Amino acid sequence: MVLKEFIQMKRDRVTFGMMVGIPLMQLMMFGFAINSDPRHLPTAVLAADQGPFARTFIQALRTSDYFALVRETNSEAEAQRLLQVGDVQFVVNIPADFSRQLLRGERPSVLIEADATDPAATGPALAAVNALAGSIFNRDLPGPLARLHAKAGPVDFLIHAHYNPENITQYNVVPGLMGVVLTMTMVIITGLAITRERERGTMENLLATPVRPFEVMVGKILPYIAVGYIQVSLILLAAHFIFHVPMVGSLLLLYAMALLFIAANLAVGITFSTLAKNQLQAVQMAFFFFLPSILLSGFMFPFRGMPPWAQAIGSCLPNTHFLRIVRGILLKGNGLAEIAPEIWPLLLFLAVAMTIGVTRYRQTLD
Amino acid sequence: MSATDFAIDVTGITKRFGPKTVVNAIDLQVRRGEIYGFLGPNGSGKTTFIRMLCGLLTPDGGSGTCLGYDVRTQQAEIKCHVGYMTQKFSYYEDLSIRENLDFIARIYDVPDRAAAVERSLVRLGLQNRSAQLAGQLSGGWKQRLALAACLIHSPQLLLLDEPTAGVDPKARREFWDEIHQLAADGLTVLITTHYMDEAERCHRLAYLAYGNLLTRGTLTEVLQSVKLTTWTVTGPALRDLAAALRGRDGVEQVVAFGNTLHVSGRDPARLETAIAAVRTPNHEWTRIRSGLEDVFISLMDGAKDNFA
Ligand SMILES: Nc1ncnc2c1ncn2[C@@H]1O[C@H](COP(=O)(O)OP(=O)(O)O)[C@@H](O)[C@H]1O
Ligand SMILES: [Mg+2]
Repeated sequence: MVLKEFIQMKRDRVTFGMMVGIPLMQLMMFGFAINSDPRHLPTAVLAADQGPFARTFIQALRTSDYFALVRETNSEAEAQRLLQVGDVQFVVNIPADFSRQLLRGERPSVLIEADATDPAATGPALAAVNALAGSIFNRDLPGPLARLHAKAGPVDFLIHAHYNPENITQYNVVPGLMGVVLTMTMVIITGLAITRERERGTMENLLATPVRPFEVMVGKILPYIAVGYIQVSLILLAAHFIFHVPMVGSLLLLYAMALLFIAANLAVGITFSTLAKNQLQAVQMAFFFFLPSILLSGFMFPFRGMPPWAQAIGSCLPNTHFLRIVRGILLKGNGLAEIAPEIWPLLLFLAVAMTIGVTRYRQTLD
Repeated sequence: MSATDFAIDVTGITKRFGPKTVVNAIDLQVRRGEIYGFLGPNGSGKTTFIRMLCGLLTPDGGSGTCLGYDVRTQQAEIKCHVGYMTQKFSYYEDLSIRENLDFIARIYDVPDRAAAVERSLVRLGLQNRSAQLAGQLSGGWKQRLALAACLIHSPQLLLLDEPTAGVDPKARREFWDEIHQLAADGLTVLITTHYMDEAERCHRLAYLAYGNLLTRGTLTEVLQSVKLTTWTVTGPALRDLAAALRGRDGVEQVVAFGNTLHVSGRDPARLETAIAAVRTPNHEWTRIRSGLEDVFISLMDGAKDNFA
């Protein structure tokens, strides 16, 4: 009996590969890609004061591990937009009389605005910022000013956590769950769709009829779009009534985007089912796709905490973009313009997956 | 006879899977309204050949038409006018009989679908069971459902791949009566089978082994295509007798049929010499007309030497 299982296992190359591949992939992702202490977070500086102290301060931010200065601007509106689109995680506001207040020993206030949709991403950096302040001006504040160190630090940091001021993790997780649930169910359901027909022998019959590949695809996809919408609605209801997740943006836009995302996942599923020889293989492929969709998409761990290669993989996954869209719409109130950068990757993904699926689908048994 | 009198007219049809030639340069002409029997051992390429006729597989070589459509390029048209019953039951076990028929009717875009479904339920005597799930049906009823489904779009040609495998004799008989009725109404039927009694109910036969068409024609033509002489013998210790006969010059096959042995060979004189050598008064020898089975076994033995 045991021997028979081993022989069958050996025959099914894909299954065998998956059995080795999935643990390896998990090892890679958990071991190397995931980091719960994300650093080098993109930061914009809105400097109203360009004096030497301000420059020193900016320089210190620049050299710190947590902040990566990607932009200096003097437009408040632009800073807000960067935050909204998600190009930066923080905006550091240096007030106009920063240097003067500092010299007077008045502890100028530096406002740090954070995109706190994901508290896990911003938390460590914000914790580090106070420590930073203490050490910045060690050299720059000579003589009598040195006494400022003794107190709470020469600078007073005000932190404004946008979009999720109370740092409630559920606000981030629950909308993210939408992408995860859809990925899991949609890919598996359609992954089985064609393999099931093949395994039960009904595929031969279907192929002997004049039905076109396109009709089969659409026929397999449409019912599940409805299923996907039901799931989206359930999650939204739960998010609202159970978790009290704010819903700032347009739900209509969210539903429209969900359509795109559901279609992308269904196309992946269909493609898998044209590649898989049996249902087991299809499920394994779905799992293979699902794993990075949870771990590398920014759902479980902050996207920016991952090394570049993991971010690159994550960027290829539809869930990564859909998460940003959902969080953007629900928490930030983003509109079409703000989420546009996440739409085209989804469209591209859908197009590629559809093309592979349709070309792989054979109208004959050859 | 003009080309359109043939429902199937193909020459040199060949199919290879990897290095293996599964169907080797087969020519076949089937007249309209004819019941054509396709015989041959398992793995001889019958299913593969049928799949090429109905557009499921593309031939690697050869050409021809099915219902006047090119088998290589007009597969889509062929599919609209052919009813193909697969060897393995291939309808949806989790749909009811009616739902299955309705689904197939939709796919073929059958006009006045509800009526068509009802008609085929009535004709096949399935109307009382129309709500039953296909997966719960017995072999005979599944076969009826499959036949009903492949007739629903009024095809001109029926391709039936071992339709009566695993079906009891009474249901087989009824099935064949139905097939004859359909043929009388003008439908052409190509049917594969392993049963000799069914083969004898076909208008014409073809015998396939190892992908090669060994013989074809009417029953009489097939029987005469091999000049076979067959004797039967009854009596005691037939197993020992069979062992003694095998390998003797002139004896090509010794086959047990219940309490008799069939002993055949192509050369009557040498066969009789061989028989004379083992003859005892306890055994009763009779010369009979060679049956289809004798002929086919002889053909296959010959084919084994040539192709295997
Ligand atoms: N898709 C395929 N790939 C490879 N070999 C095949 C395929 N289909 C059939 N064969 C082989 O072709 C041969 C003929 O099969 P088949 O046409 O099913 O024979 P039959 O129906 O007469 O029993 C068999 O040896 C079978 O293993
Ligand atoms: Mg077969």
